[in-house]
Amino acid sequence: MTDTILETQDLQISFGGFMAVKNVNLKIARGTIHAIIGPNGAGKTTVFNLLTKFHTPTGGRILYNGTDITNWKPAEIANHGIVRSFQISAVFPHLTAVENVRLALQRRLGVSYHFWRSKKVLQSLDEEAIARLDQVGLKEFAHLHAVELPYGRKRALEIATTLALEPELMLLDEPTQGMGTEDVGSVTDLIRKVSKGRTIIMVEHNLGVVSKLADTITVLNRGEVLAEGPYEVVSKDPAVMEAYMGVSAEEAEA
Amino acid sequence: MNVTTHPEIAEFDALSGPAGQTRGRALQAVFWVLLIGFVLVAPFMLYPVFVMQLLCFALFACAFNLLIGFTGLLSFGHAAFFGGAAYITGYALTAWGVPPIPGILLGAVFSAALGYVVGALAIRRQGIYFAMITLALAQIVYFFALQLPFTGGENGLQGIPRGHLLGFIDLNQTLNMYYFVAAVFMVGFLIIYRIIHSPFGQVLQAIRENEPRALSLGYNTDRYKLMAFVLSATLAGVAGSTKSIVFQFASLTDAHWQMSGEVILMTLLGGLGTIFGPVVGAFIVVALQQFLSGIGSWVQVVIGATFIACVLLFRRGVVGELARWLKVDSL
Repeated sequence: MTDTILETQDLQISFGGFMAVKNVNLKIARGTIHAIIGPNGAGKTTVFNLLTKFHTPTGGRILYNGTDITNWKPAEIANHGIVRSFQISAVFPHLTAVENVRLALQRRLGVSYHFWRSKKVLQSLDEEAIARLDQVGLKEFAHLHAVELPYGRKRALEIATTLALEPELMLLDEPTQGMGTEDVGSVTDLIRKVSKGRTIIMVEHNLGVVSKLADTITVLNRGEVLAEGPYEVVSKDPAVMEAYMGVSAEEAEA
Repeated sequence: MNVTTHPEIAEFDALSGPAGQTRGRALQAVFWVLLIGFVLVAPFMLYPVFVMQLLCFALFACAFNLLIGFTGLLSFGHAAFFGGAAYITGYALTAWGVPPIPGILLGAVFSAALGYVVGALAIRRQGIYFAMITLALAQIVYFFALQLPFTGGENGLQGIPRGHLLGFIDLNQTLNMYYFVAAVFMVGFLIIYRIIHSPFGQVLQAIRENEPRALSLGYNTDRYKLMAFVLSATLAGVAGSTKSIVFQFASLTDAHWQMSGEVILMTLLGGLGTIFGPVVGAFIVVALQQFLSGIGSWVQVVIGATFIACVLLFRRGVVGELARWLKVDSL
């Protein structure tokens, strides 16, 4: 076991001649929260899709615990402990909260292809699913359809589902996007709570959230790494200020 | 659960939740009783061949609904399975003298294999492209139905013998034939019911609801979609095979793309993604065709108008709207 859980080497992808991500080298330290930030169109979500295999890179390598996973399929990496969330809340809207979480637990029973069996066999998972919901404060909502939950709670449900897989590495795509201040606070707390014993990579727009949570920040701009380091260092980096504010460091000081 | 302590919930129409689920179960029981009652007594009240036709199409629509309603895949080529199996069964019974049950099984095996090929090609694409691939492949099957030497070309297969069930039940007796079809329908319907309510069915619904998320939870969604496609094709084949025995012919109509359109219509009318909806939808469409046959091709206009009314006024279909109105989550 190394201290680096995930590493990319010269990662790149181009879409018909447009280089969306160029030579990105990341080293994610085990047990930390690593944030990827950057202005719109910087390639954050693309990097995310590359890491979770929703895109196949056109160059470079991805190493997970020292294993080359560059050509793996999305379902495969999920079975090896990398689970992602999505920018828009990713729940199964017309299933109940408990069914949502149970879908994460179900694979372990090895009955998912058994179309001839009653789904009563899944009831053995209900207790654990409800415990997972309790963890994120959703116990009372267990039997409601996900579509009926307010937005912040949908995100909590999504995190509960992700956690049910006991991922070693969690990737959160803009976990607080579109949330009111109150929800942002509770989701931030939730992320800190669940980060114990695992590694989290998150793409996030809200710098307040990033400054509170992230151990390391990578700033992307135009598909390239602009700066990397803890918040205090990165936030004072003149190149970052220019990319974010559209002003040079001197102008900002003036 | 005390609903009133959670204002967030109170704001929502309590569609789900324990109360809705109990109501849902009660209502489902009512539908089961109605369905079984209808199937048992219908031949004494209606023309039996008409009811057999209803049941064959109802099974076809339920098989189709497994795909569109519970997996979220719109196939526009299901006539290939329905019609293809009808030809295979018809030929086996006529040329080889195979008894009815093995004949239907042969049709089912054929449509399963065909479903595997069509499904494997089509699931590589999403949405409208998926539908177009299924349509194109079904048109190829139609072409074979027209051109192959054993299919009888434009005439189709005529005079398929009904034969004897298990060697001693004469299916030429209308009531014997009827209860055989009723049994095939009920078994098919129960199989579909079980698939929907299985661990596999849960994954299918997850794929329908949010495929990328199902993938990120570690489900190889392509394999699930292919399996659903094969199951749906197989059961559609059983419906086609049975119909060919009832009517004693297999014709190009069964494999024509209009048939693929009709089954979509039945499912939408009855209620996509509902358990009993496709049965109701099939009854409506077949009954309209039967009772309005006097007005000739105007039937198509009436059915078209019904379809437009359905899409504009009750998009969830008859059973879907009923479930919504009664606030139950599955019917």
